[in-house]
Amino acid sequence: MNRESIQINIIGAGLAGLSCAMTLARAGQRVRLVSFQHSERAQSNLAEGGINAVMNVMGEDDRIEYHFADTMKGGCDLADPVMVKGLTEAAPGIVREMIALGVPFHRENGKLMQRNFGGQKLKRTTYARSSTGKALMSALISAVRKYEAEGIVTRYSHHEFICLLLDGDAVSGVRIWDRFRKERLDLEGPVVMACGGMNGMFAGATTGTTANTGVAAAVLFSQGVCFGNLEFMQYHPTTVSIAGKRLLISEAARGEGGRLFCKRDGKKRYFMEEKYGERGNLMPRDVVSREIAQLSESVYLDMTGLSQQIWQERLSDLRSEVQHYLRIDPAKEPVPVAPGIHYFMGGILVDASHRTNLRRLYAAGECACAYHGANRLGGNSLLGAIYGGKTAACTVLRELSEGFGPVKNDSGKEDMPAFISREEMRIHDRMVDALLNGMGLIRTRETLVQALEELSSLEKPELSRAMSAQLLLARAILLCALERRESRGAHTRRDYPDTDETFRKTTKVMLEKGRIQITYEEITPYPTA
Amino acid sequence: MKKSLHILRRENAKSSPYWEDFLYETQEENDTVATALRAIAGAAQKEGDRRPVAWESSCLQKRCGACAMVINGKPALACDTFLKEIPGEKITLEPLRKFPVVEDLVVDRSIMMENLKALSVWLNEDAQLHSEEMAFEASVCLQCGLCLEVCPNFAPGGSFGGMAAMNPLAHLIANSPREGRKAVAKSYRRGVFNGCGKSLACRNICPAGIRIEGLLVKSNAAAVWGRWGQIGKGSR
Repeated sequence: MNRESIQINIIGAGLAGLSCAMTLARAGQRVRLVSFQHSERAQSNLAEGGINAVMNVMGEDDRIEYHFADTMKGGCDLADPVMVKGLTEAAPGIVREMIALGVPFHRENGKLMQRNFGGQKLKRTTYARSSTGKALMSALISAVRKYEAEGIVTRYSHHEFICLLLDGDAVSGVRIWDRFRKERLDLEGPVVMACGGMNGMFAGATTGTTANTGVAAAVLFSQGVCFGNLEFMQYHPTTVSIAGKRLLISEAARGEGGRLFCKRDGKKRYFMEEKYGERGNLMPRDVVSREIAQLSESVYLDMTGLSQQIWQERLSDLRSEVQHYLRIDPAKEPVPVAPGIHYFMGGILVDASHRTNLRRLYAAGECACAYHGANRLGGNSLLGAIYGGKTAACTVLRELSEGFGPVKNDSGKEDMPAFISREEMRIHDRMVDALLNGMGLIRTRETLVQALEELSSLEKPELSRAMSAQLLLARAILLCALERRESRGAHTRRDYPDTDETFRKTTKVMLEKGRIQITYEEITPYPTA
Repeated sequence: MKKSLHILRRENAKSSPYWEDFLYETQEENDTVATALRAIAGAAQKEGDRRPVAWESSCLQKRCGACAMVINGKPALACDTFLKEIPGEKITLEPLRKFPVVEDLVVDRSIMMENLKALSVWLNEDAQLHSEEMAFEASVCLQCGLCLEVCPNFAPGGSFGGMAAMNPLAHLIANSPREGRKAVAKSYRRGVFNGCGKSLACRNICPAGIRIEGLLVKSNAAAVWGRWGQIGKGSR
């Protein structure tokens, strides 16, 4: 197969998918961009607070090594330092590139502004009010449109991932489902997964979208793709329950001066500031969420001290969203908040080149396990999505030029419906309940074992392959949490409250000969300057 | 709270439409039409007696535009329509009428993206930001299609792209370097200005809160009347 005849299949058209598509298209490589819905519906559009990069525009002598150190520390030393080094070094160039694409990052008197964000002492987060993800997406959609018009990028919107087409330990293509025409398509060529976080495994309890069902991740797992760090999922400290989901109150609210308090004996207690000093509200998300979980009182986010100018120029969208869905004006009264599932640090395990354990399969964005270790810093997800998409694209181009060798498709007969059947909805609901019970913010052996037992009671031989794949992934998540007998980052065990350095390793989990196997891989040492 | 959802259904583009009623009862005062649809679709699936209602959703917080439909005769997002604010028990749900129906409340809105492609809506040079406010406001367009639904001038297949084309073009206008202006202006006149009858029916429909009139005035000033210097005026 020569390079001209090969098309790269990108599954997911959010930020990572678009970034990957743009990079490949710029190099003249033809791309199929497959997505469940149009890019405008992707979860990346919901990202709010900003994107981290050392732009050094705020007169604070920021340095790339500080961004690197904060990301490593925020991730409790579980991220791959080689990857974080690449990410943080590329960040300023990425922000400049986004500016060139027309992203209206906030400026004052013509000067680019950056704001404070959790886990970072310096102002390093570039932003477009509280809609940074949307602003980035609009610019990237426009940029990729050019290549669509030129025929380099072909969109397969309203298409759903069914399964990989396998050729031994290599991927020969992907099977997708046209939701509108109700027909199946087999696409040959390398596959880049950019399908987002597995929200649907915790349906109704996350800040994400309903379209991220988690089925794609589950099917990949059942097909032998190696996953990493599944026990690490981020509870964002400031979310609120609204119909069908958790509504995120961006960390930008605290970055701009919002304060957390609880009421004790009739008095306001600014518990984060009391314990961690004046920057307490901007501790990393795992720390803040854990503190909230340990309180018996309700917690409020107080934004009433923010100036009119901040509301107008930086948080107008956050204010109108809170007013609309909660009927509270955050400029006038505190908002009751609680931790909610927001981001999956774990996912498809990739190396620094965004390769997976299967040849010709790559992954980027939230579906991949990269960069964030045991806890992601706010502002690093948009960065990781764009950088990951680019890196995966560069790897694909490099491997294409080296030649992929012949590909045969011998799994084309396999049919894997992507849908949960009618009868299985109840099983799905019970799986979600089991996961929520087992994977709470604070875990114990008892709750995890109980959840695993509940899953066992749901497993039946006659289930659809999509449902059984989800049960399998659910089991893998719980087992990863059970096996990690320590507390680190977003993984808090009441029965193992301390961090244990022997666990400073990446959890690798995969299906081998029908059994879930968990192993631990050493973290590569810090790169020296 | 008890609501009866009266839904215009169709199995596929070729089959005949029919009405079907679903009852939804809730204790949650902040439930939306989207909550009700999720519940009745789920219930139908669990019971297996009726074909689940097909509809599009994603963010449930009016940041993605997926769940656009016609609610009691008015185009709106299902996640943006609170049940308690709808008088009476009956709620009529229909698919958007300007786009081909795929199934039930699902329509194919790809004509919006095709229009933008045909109008070459992208930057060929590095952006040069003239107005952060204009670029930001234009960039939050959801491409949901509600503005096209109420537009007396928009018809699929025509050269007029409506406000769904105006917003991304306004984003380009707010970012256009001198050398790119001619091409942007040409696209704008062709896709927006020439076809817009200035009815402003779309004025209050945008769920993202885009102030259409203001963006139109600024875009017209630059792309039609050549007053590019006006874009940045009045902005912070």
